[in-house]
Amino acid sequence: MKFGIVSFPGSNCDDDAVFAATETLGQPAVKLWHKAHDLEGSDVIILPGGFSYGDYLRAGAIARFSPIMAEVAAHAQRGGPVIGICNGFQIACEAGLLPGALMRNAGLQFLSMPVTIRVENTITRWTALCREGQCLTMPIAHGEGRYTVDAATLERVEGEGLVVFRYVDAAGEATEAANVNGSLDNIAGVRNAAGNVVGLMPHPERALDTLLGSTDGRVLFESVLAAVHA
Amino acid sequence: MKPFRISVHIVPRKGLLDPQGKAVADALHTLGFAAVGAVHVGRHVVIETSAANATAAEAAVRDMCARLLANPVTEDFEIAGVVSA
Repeated sequence: MKFGIVSFPGSNCDDDAVFAATETLGQPAVKLWHKAHDLEGSDVIILPGGFSYGDYLRAGAIARFSPIMAEVAAHAQRGGPVIGICNGFQIACEAGLLPGALMRNAGLQFLSMPVTIRVENTITRWTALCREGQCLTMPIAHGEGRYTVDAATLERVEGEGLVVFRYVDAAGEATEAANVNGSLDNIAGVRNAAGNVVGLMPHPERALDTLLGSTDGRVLFESVLAAVHA
Repeated sequence: MKPFRISVHIVPRKGLLDPQGKAVADALHTLGFAAVGAVHVGRHVVIETSAANATAAEAAVRDMCARLLANPVTEDFEIAGVVSA
């Protein structure tokens, strides 16, 4: 299974995502330059973290117009797996692949720390091997991660089970204290209706090795591998 | 076609938590500006473009706001001025 990792100018987690595919999963991976018009046969697309286009205007606002994004949208439309991590999540929201938007953290500070997130549903390609309610620890590193949607969309997002991850405390409860960036309903990640596109602010690709403090990110990549092989 | 300068104010949507605006409001209160209510921090964008007339120039900028300059989920925009350049 071939992973395609999109590199925008300012992406800085693309190499980590390549590492996740090649070293952790033993799968081939290719970096796709944002100006390319071809996914080079990739089965799975990762929109990595970083500061694409310097976050000019808004995080992800310019990147969504990169030529490669039309191909990514077509891949998603065909049911191909896509994950947006951190800046990639912001880009996926700006591109309309996922509902909502990410705003400045409620506390205004850039947050770089491990967080615990709870898996809210396992029907996505990226959480198929998780248990519902499973808690995963992985790092966040963002200044604009406060998930926001209008009231009507929030009703749909919650009603249709589009929330994939929530920030929780050590006991697995979605408390206000655990909601580090002030996201609506502690939302850390969402999916599209079909479940092939997932976005989240935490970094599963930085939680693959005990040396880095957690291996909890592996299950997302193993899930998509199992889903595509199934 | 004539040249125009159009300025746009883009601010966080009303009702959404605006931590930056709140921080500025708190600082203003600390400075003694007790009368200050809410503060909203946004962006001011000036676009130079050519158009048949001012109405067409404004319409084009509204389209730009809807498609790129403002995020419809989180931001409101208003055309602050249209002047011949």
